[in-house]
Amino acid sequence: MYVCWVEVKDDGEWDFNWCDVGWLRENFDHSYMEEHVRISHFRNHYELTRKNLMVKNLKRYRKTLEREAGRLEAARCDFFPCTFVLPSEYHIFVEEFKRSPGSTWIMKPVARSQGKGIFLFRKLKDIIDWRKDGSRSEEQKDEAQVESYVAQRYIENPYLIAGISNTFSLSIFSLLDLYIPLKAWLYRDGFARFSNTRFSLSSIDDQYVHLTNVAVQKTAPDYDPEKGCKWQMQQLRQYLTAKHGFETVQTLFKEIDNIFIRSLISVQKTIINDKHCFELYGYDILLDQDLKPWLIEVNASPSLTASSQEDYELKYRLLEDTLHIVDMEGRLTGKEKRVGGFDLMWNDGPVYTDVGLEALGSSCLVENTLLGCVNDRQKQLQQLLKPFPGQKRT
Amino acid sequence: MLDESAELSVSITQIVQRLKGTHLHSQLEKQAKECLHKPEIKLETLKDDVRRLLKASGWERKLQNAVYRELHILPPPRHPRAPPEHTKEPLAYMRKAQVNWEKRILKSLNSMCTELGIPLARKRPVPEQNELTNKWNEMGTDEPDLSKFRPVYAPKDFLEVLVGLKNPNNERSEDLTVRSHWGLIQVSLNVRDIPQTREMYPELGLTYGQLGIDDHTHVPPDLFESEHIHIGKKVVSEHDSAAAQQYSRQGCPTGLRAQLWSLILNTTDDPEAITHYEQLKARVIHHDLLVDNLIYKDVKLTASNDDYYFVFEDYLYQVLLCFSRDTAVLEHFNYNCATPPKSCIQSKSGSEQCAVVYPPNGVIPFHGFSMYVAPLCFLYNEPSKLYSVFREMYIRYFFRLHSVSSHPSGIVSLCLQFERLLQTHLPQLFYHLREIGAQPLRIAFKWIVRAFSGYLSTDQLLLLWDRILGYDSLEIVAVLAAAVFAFRAENLMEVTSLASAEAVLADLSTLKVMPLLQIFLFATSV
Repeated sequence: MYVCWVEVKDDGEWDFNWCDVGWLRENFDHSYMEEHVRISHFRNHYELTRKNLMVKNLKRYRKTLEREAGRLEAARCDFFPCTFVLPSEYHIFVEEFKRSPGSTWIMKPVARSQGKGIFLFRKLKDIIDWRKDGSRSEEQKDEAQVESYVAQRYIENPYLIAGISNTFSLSIFSLLDLYIPLKAWLYRDGFARFSNTRFSLSSIDDQYVHLTNVAVQKTAPDYDPEKGCKWQMQQLRQYLTAKHGFETVQTLFKEIDNIFIRSLISVQKTIINDKHCFELYGYDILLDQDLKPWLIEVNASPSLTASSQEDYELKYRLLEDTLHIVDMEGRLTGKEKRVGGFDLMWNDGPVYTDVGLEALGSSCLVENTLLGCVNDRQKQLQQLLKPFPGQKRT
Repeated sequence: MLDESAELSVSITQIVQRLKGTHLHSQLEKQAKECLHKPEIKLETLKDDVRRLLKASGWERKLQNAVYRELHILPPPRHPRAPPEHTKEPLAYMRKAQVNWEKRILKSLNSMCTELGIPLARKRPVPEQNELTNKWNEMGTDEPDLSKFRPVYAPKDFLEVLVGLKNPNNERSEDLTVRSHWGLIQVSLNVRDIPQTREMYPELGLTYGQLGIDDHTHVPPDLFESEHIHIGKKVVSEHDSAAAQQYSRQGCPTGLRAQLWSLILNTTDDPEAITHYEQLKARVIHHDLLVDNLIYKDVKLTASNDDYYFVFEDYLYQVLLCFSRDTAVLEHFNYNCATPPKSCIQSKSGSEQCAVVYPPNGVIPFHGFSMYVAPLCFLYNEPSKLYSVFREMYIRYFFRLHSVSSHPSGIVSLCLQFERLLQTHLPQLFYHLREIGAQPLRIAFKWIVRAFSGYLSTDQLLLLWDRILGYDSLEIVAVLAAAVFAFRAENLMEVTSLASAEAVLADLSTLKVMPLLQIFLFATSV
């Protein structure tokens, strides 16, 4: 693909900015951006990506849904584990905690990433000790927010591949073009990250077992970089299909779609919509043994460093296709349902695949997402992107 | 010479003999007895009525499947005066080569045993037994010191044996002519060329739909895929082995493959199979074998380092350790030209030495052996089921990949077929590679020995193994090897050393198997 972009130095004028959230915080409000300019974050993306705010938004959305559309519809938001924001919801948390004795909970700092500061506990005593513990106050100094932690019910029956000891979480990428009206894309590739050591509820102190963040895995004593603790999404999908059959897996992936769409809708009205902004989210999803997907976390700055050649190629493709959708060069019509490896998941309403003449026999609509399916993006891009005027088609 | 009908009755007798006393036999008897209580039964037509009822309840089908399975593993027909070794392998020089090879690997195993001072077998003390029982599902967490162990042999050692095979009745000149064979295999066996292979694999032709081609994204599913899946579901519900085998020739859908393969191999969910597996597990707990370390080492070196199979590490131990102790595997030596290795084990009193088959299943694992099991982990997650399927695949197909024989699916024939296909259809390439010291078989051998496991991406590998099962032959592996060379011919023509040739063919993970096979077999002019 012919791209002739020039990197801007220092304070020069820029048309496209792949910025980090720190820069955004400091500069967004002061920058004047011309109409064509694009920037890679929404001003208050943390409404979705900070754990306490996401929980708050999801709970509020769920309540609204229950009021407006009934319990059944609201139940479709039950994809995040029972979560409480601390310290403000401490008392409700304790009530719930006492109601289910013996269950395991996980404590997560709201604004940290890469698995820092996370621990598991089963007894209230553990967190009481922790609150008094001096080490926490250090982290608190970094936090501007008063509410800095969430306590979440730990998923004790994760789906384990090979029936034994490997926990894994799914990393899926979604590109947000606009919040109002909501336009979101889903990338076909993704991966399943395995924890490097064995799962067992008896070893909850071993954070290497339960946390599948690659950053944490890398520091585990027996981490072998050559080992590559990842499966491509295609592998996972095939494995699950071979085990559970086509229909079950189809349902599972529909459920996963549901997570993306509802989580985005829940923050739709809160996020400051700005047509300059777009955002690439990395969703962390966990499957339990009943093949129910759970939302663990959304990252606004998903790790784009690669741990292997295959990983590098995935992230490269992902970025390339992101840039195609952002479409600085104006090559798209805006009516596309697919760009490279991205499928249009939601466009102010559900998106269905184009029903070809041949398939008219089947009258049901098919959702336009193809997570874990074949990603023949090169061919699609060649057909989609017209060459620049005067340029020979390669 | 036995005529056909006499041969048939011999086969029938053999099969009946084998099925007598099996679990299926007692179940059928029980079912027949229960039929007697049914009101439809009349004394005058007793036999026919019982037969009819057994058919309606699906028991006849089960018997059919069992007979079908026995046909797969029936030893070749023999002359009453021919010794069994001659029936298994008619060529004397092959028999001799196999015997020598066996001696070598046994010697290697025994010397390792003496060097390291580790007994071939040892009873575990009770605390160790308990520990192993607790750790059974996560043996992969163990990190025993395996540095002293080396694999007994690697595929390249075996290749040297095959290269050295010579037919004493055949004088071969050293001259390189158009008529001579340019490859490494120096024996002449009857192997199929492309026209003959086309006849053998008609369903791979251009006019047939295939999974691996016609389920591609841009092909509308109504053209082939939907109908094929529909038929697949019917085949599974009919529980028909023969139908499943025929069906598999055009590929198995991912969601049905596990059941289809299970049908083809006639591995049932019988409690008998589960009991057998549990017994093997108990044997593993009670005794430690030297070969266990070889298995550990192999898994750690191969499957654990694979990007996709590392997840199944524990399953591999659970299957392979049991496999070593399964004496039922010895049955396959009825048609395998190899003989099970025997070692001298000290008896309890210490005074006598008796020769016993070691390892108990007669199969000494080599470097890469665990890769035969790894792809199956994608399909089966109950260890006993996984075990049954693997064992059946081994005794039908995989054993032929590491014993010296003239069988058309044997490794020698496969290598020769690969070389001949290449020489006939890509002579320029073959010549060029020869000249730069890169004999094609040196590169392709490792693929063939493992039936491409670990070299292709998993979904492609499973499509290939669909056809191995469907056609009951490993020849497709040789054809694929040639097709891969044909595909990369342009790049290979540019290389100037063995190392660069290896580099061109190092990564097969992006290859699509079925289009390659189809083009090579049906779209190449002959």
